[in-house]
Amino acid sequence: MQFTGRVWKFGDNINTDEIIPARYLNTSDPAELAKHCMEDADPDFPGKLAPGDIIVAGQNFGCGSSREHAPIALKAAGIACVIAGSFARIFYRNSFNMGLPILECPEAAARIAEGTMVTVELDSGLITLAGDAGTLIAQPIPPFMRNLISAGGLMNYVREKMGT
Amino acid sequence: MGMTIVEKILAGHAGLDSVVPGQLVEARVDRVLANDITAPIAIREFKQAGASKVFDPERIILVPDHFAPNKDIASAEQCKLLREFAHQQQLTHYFEVGRMGIEHALLPEQGLVLPGEIIVGADSHTCTHGALGALGTGVGSTDVAAAMIAGELWFKVPETMKFIFNGVLRPWVSGKDLILYIIGDIGVDGALYRAMEFGGEVIDSLSMEGRLTMANMAIEAGGKCGIFSPDAITEEYLKGRTTQPWNAVAADADAKYCEVKHYRCEDIEPQVAFPHSPDNTRSISAVGTVPIDQAVIGSCTNGRIEDLRVAAAILKGRKTAPGVRLIVFPATQAIYLQALREGLLEIFIEAEAVVSTPTCGPCLGGHMGILARGETAIATTNRNFVGRMGHPESFVYLANPAITAASAVLGRIGSPDEL
Repeated sequence: MQFTGRVWKFGDNINTDEIIPARYLNTSDPAELAKHCMEDADPDFPGKLAPGDIIVAGQNFGCGSSREHAPIALKAAGIACVIAGSFARIFYRNSFNMGLPILECPEAAARIAEGTMVTVELDSGLITLAGDAGTLIAQPIPPFMRNLISAGGLMNYVREKMGT
Repeated sequence: MGMTIVEKILAGHAGLDSVVPGQLVEARVDRVLANDITAPIAIREFKQAGASKVFDPERIILVPDHFAPNKDIASAEQCKLLREFAHQQQLTHYFEVGRMGIEHALLPEQGLVLPGEIIVGADSHTCTHGALGALGTGVGSTDVAAAMIAGELWFKVPETMKFIFNGVLRPWVSGKDLILYIIGDIGVDGALYRAMEFGGEVIDSLSMEGRLTMANMAIEAGGKCGIFSPDAITEEYLKGRTTQPWNAVAADADAKYCEVKHYRCEDIEPQVAFPHSPDNTRSISAVGTVPIDQAVIGSCTNGRIEDLRVAAAILKGRKTAPGVRLIVFPATQAIYLQALREGLLEIFIEAEAVVSTPTCGPCLGGHMGILARGETAIATTNRNFVGRMGHPESFVYLANPAITAASAVLGRIGSPDEL
């Protein structure tokens, strides 16, 4: 799997209240949630992002509440991939379970500027910056998680186990 | 090689003799929990997976507590989904409004979490249940759907980090201050992917309420879970709450910890976390002048009877400062009733506080106490992120019930010693 998209930058410890504020959690409709994606980190973000864009952030992305609405909002808003120095563990699980591609790359926040076009190859973890600005290698996805992804996410994996 | 509590619990539930940190295991789960915000997605995933029955109707717990009592039509629809699913699946543990409480206060109170168990919940504060020596951990709604179907889930065995508290607690210092002190020390990602085990002479004599508060905020340091070794205090707490046998899982003497932190309680004052992060802590003596508009006492962190007693002792015979709104929300119906019987509610009302039915509402900016632009609150809750209690340009300070009660009277953040 490969994506090319424009980068939006965020800092360290972006929490799930910033990704999708609790005041919008009286619905789980992806299209509704997408309208408020990242709103408390950047009120203008829902209006300016385009489908296929990529988020690059610092450490501990997705900390706080376990709300699965966070990866749902990002995915429904058209974010192709999130690259961060590290992820909070519940958000990490939820993203794989929802099929939102995420990559851990400690150097990404320092090396990639906002607005850069980058190409991400999920299988190898290779991140290529446009304009010969170099490459980065993200941590490869562990084999166990690749099995989960190849089954099409957690629910498909469980369905296979149930034999349905 | 010796194992920590969490390693032993995971090994036991995975049918293995031993596990090591980093190992991926499929483990049986004892309890699966969700609420009115997270269960609707789990129920949708459950149905889309083609499942018809949960693995065990006695082991699924649904609690409408976040936007309940229903705050608007959309929330009412979400709560209705839970109610209908619980009825259709004949779940033993669905807690309707009137019987419900904030999930992480309710489950221990009802004897639904036992030492040595694994409980997964679609709520990040499921780590609270580590106070009882259970492995409680937050997961997403899809994980809960899978666990409701299969009764098992995959886990990565976390490294365990140990926190040892020795010495004597200073006045007004509680479990809340100890966990805020840790978070201030190691940061909001200081225990990322790790289990946090608490010990030392102070912990050995800490009340179950204090332990529940500490374990509750393990997630605020990025922890997978917070855990205490079951002891006489655990046994006393469980007496009369359960008739089920339970297994006190303790760490081996030669268990391996990735890091051990030692703290002297003589060094620890009441802590206040400044906006907008739980690790932005200061000692109460270093707070300065911070006027407040609202004070909130309650939540899964500090809404238990001990917390209300501490607040009431400070508020007795005093009034909330002019211009300050004090909101007290007992965490469960049983706590509410006990507070009523002990006369605590009378003290709160005479102090010109409002007393709310149990709900998560104010803590996450849902309902029952939202902040306007530019307003400041002190709260006994667990998060002070941007917009957490209302307007994105409002400010939340986190503290223990004593500091919060005193601040409501002072009209600014301060200590009971100033009253």
